[in-house]
Amino acid sequence: MPLTLSDLPTGMPATVLALHVGMEQGRRMAGMGLRPGMHVRVIRRSPFSGPLQVRVGHTDIILRRSDASRIEVVPETRQPVQA
Amino acid sequence: MKRVALLGMPNTGKSTFFNRLTGAGARVGNWPGITVDLLSARILLAGQMVEVVDLPGIYNLHGFSEDEQVVRRFLETQPVNLLVLILNASQLDRQLALALQARQLGVPLLILLNMADEARKLGIAIDTDTLERMLGSPVRLMSAKFGTHHREAIQALEDALRAHPELRRADAQAFREDLHIERALDRLVSESVHTPVQIPPTVTDRLDQVMLHPWLGIPILLLILFALFQTVYGLGTPLQDGMEWLFGHLRAALLEPAVADLPRGLRSFLAEGLYDGLSTVLTFLPVIALFFLAMAIVEDSGYLARVAFLVDALMSRLGLDGRAFVMQLMGFGCNVPAIMGTRIMRSRNLRALTMLVIPFSLCSARLQVFLFITTAVFTPTVAPFVLLGLYVLSIVLAMLTALLWRGRYVSHEPLLLELPPYRLPTARFLLHESWRATLQFLRGAGGFIVLGVILVWFLTHYPFEAQPAGPATLAGRLADWLEPVFAPIGLDNLLAIALLFGFVAKEIVIGALAVIYSAGPDQLQAILASRLDSVQAMSFLLFTLIYTPCLSTIATIRQEGRDWRLTVLSVAWPLLLAWGVSFTFVQVARALGY
Ligand SMILES: Nc1nc2c(ncn2[C@@H]2O[C@H](COP(=O)(O)OP(=O)(O)OP(=O)(O)O)[C@@H](O)[C@H]2O)c(=O)[nH]1
Ligand SMILES: [Mg+2]
Repeated sequence: MPLTLSDLPTGMPATVLALHVGMEQGRRMAGMGLRPGMHVRVIRRSPFSGPLQVRVGHTDIILRRSDASRIEVVPETRQPVQA
Repeated sequence: MKRVALLGMPNTGKSTFFNRLTGAGARVGNWPGITVDLLSARILLAGQMVEVVDLPGIYNLHGFSEDEQVVRRFLETQPVNLLVLILNASQLDRQLALALQARQLGVPLLILLNMADEARKLGIAIDTDTLERMLGSPVRLMSAKFGTHHREAIQALEDALRAHPELRRADAQAFREDLHIERALDRLVSESVHTPVQIPPTVTDRLDQVMLHPWLGIPILLLILFALFQTVYGLGTPLQDGMEWLFGHLRAALLEPAVADLPRGLRSFLAEGLYDGLSTVLTFLPVIALFFLAMAIVEDSGYLARVAFLVDALMSRLGLDGRAFVMQLMGFGCNVPAIMGTRIMRSRNLRALTMLVIPFSLCSARLQVFLFITTAVFTPTVAPFVLLGLYVLSIVLAMLTALLWRGRYVSHEPLLLELPPYRLPTARFLLHESWRATLQFLRGAGGFIVLGVILVWFLTHYPFEAQPAGPATLAGRLADWLEPVFAPIGLDNLLAIALLFGFVAKEIVIGALAVIYSAGPDQLQAILASRLDSVQAMSFLLFTLIYTPCLSTIATIRQEGRDWRLTVLSVAWPLLLAWGVSFTFVQVARALGY
């Protein structure tokens, strides 16, 4: 089981590996900076299974957990570096 | 004529730059998707008239939401001399992607890196020379909000216009083919943008610790809404009283002597028709200006995107999303732009359901009616609670409506929203925004409200020999006809006439009441207090809150929804609900002996 953004512990730096979403959604995510190779970090989770606040590069975005579960990530082993 | 269009991702300051460049009044706010339609203005640049067009924001050239389609249709049909690409300098790591895509359009580009102030604060250094070289277009840094390097930006714009005198249409191929720009983007960013390794927590980060706190977030949201209400109510009502006093004195001192010698019919038309009707509406001018000032502060702060984050869990259970709630809040100002704002949603069903709930938002026009009636009929301690209750009810009814109709408008649109940093509005911006709202109100007062007041005067005075507003007048006969509908909800005939005109626009209701009871703003409240008991007043308020907000709202839903069933539903459902709620309220209250 690959790790997805929705399971990534809050605050842990990671790198986006792949987006398992449709083409249009993928383009929109890329527009917001969410694309393979980018550094991501979950800043906070809204209660009652609400959305996640995610920092990708210099942009903060919110997305729902169901959509975050389609984004595969790998935790960064190096010292946390913010792109 | 030459033409220049402003292109860029949402919330990068296109409209701010547009306003500074042209002096026009495009709406600005710290929310991605404030501009959803084209706006153009003409100015003199490089010695020639140039049409400048402010476009909605786009994330890429392939978007399918309505606001993105507006951009695409524009670029496909309108030739331009130059595209001005406005990017957020502190987010070049993703925004430069649009520069790479825009190059494919085959139209000359000028790239303006906006928000240089924020980039500098974050310690981001940008090598504009390298960017120019790698992109092949001129690049300038600036801050549209504060006007920093505005001269240099204009200079670059004029130079580019001189260099490209011919109009050119964008290459439509660029919208179709998908570029693989990731590599090029990474290279571009790594060679031109230098970022400190560790960015320390910003003010925004620290504020969000509190504002988005897991269990403090929602209470803070409610507190902010309550504080806004308190400010507008607490400052607005005394100002309105002052305006009433002023208009009352003007009537006695200037108007009455001036019309004393005119024939009776003309005198009545001028004093009891035009003057009373219009002056009663105009007493709300300070409240409206204040209200839109408060709205502008909220919209420009960046808090709206946080609201979407906070309420999304709840809204998703109603078949909506956090953005829909933000539109509802925008609807508190005016429902029409809020409905237009749904263009950022891609799912037709989500848009439709959102458009169905927005009209319940207690807009500033309804606020006027409610302020007037609550302060007239209820005691000063009770009145604000009644008004607050109506605000709460408007949100509850919207949620109930969503719950009832979500099965018909099922959607699966992913929520994906930027969270911009908190920003402080400038004084210049706030003055500008409330001035715009005031002008719009005055224009309304000068146009359709005058017409409405004249029509109401005619209905309540024709035939002229009849007693004004009596059963023999046109209004009296119309009211008789409406009686079966309005009697069960406790409203007498004259109130029904006011509600009938309220269908067109709520601003007319108070003016209509003034004409119907032939009283200026100062006496009207006393008359209403003696004619209406609190149950009738409540029923009137409930009905006014829930039924059709105005014709423009319906027209906008029709135009945006492009579905006659939705249009019919958005008229019929609130009417039914309004009648049902008022009926239940009156019957229960009467049964309880009130
Ligand atoms: N700090 C800073 N803020 C800016 C600057 N320019 C604009 N803003 C703010 O950025 C926000 C967005 O500005 P808009 O002009 O509405 O942006 P837009 O690109 O027209 O946005 P959309 O119409 O939604 O696509 C507002 O809060 C502006 O006050 C700037 O140079 N510096
Ligand atoms: Mg704009």
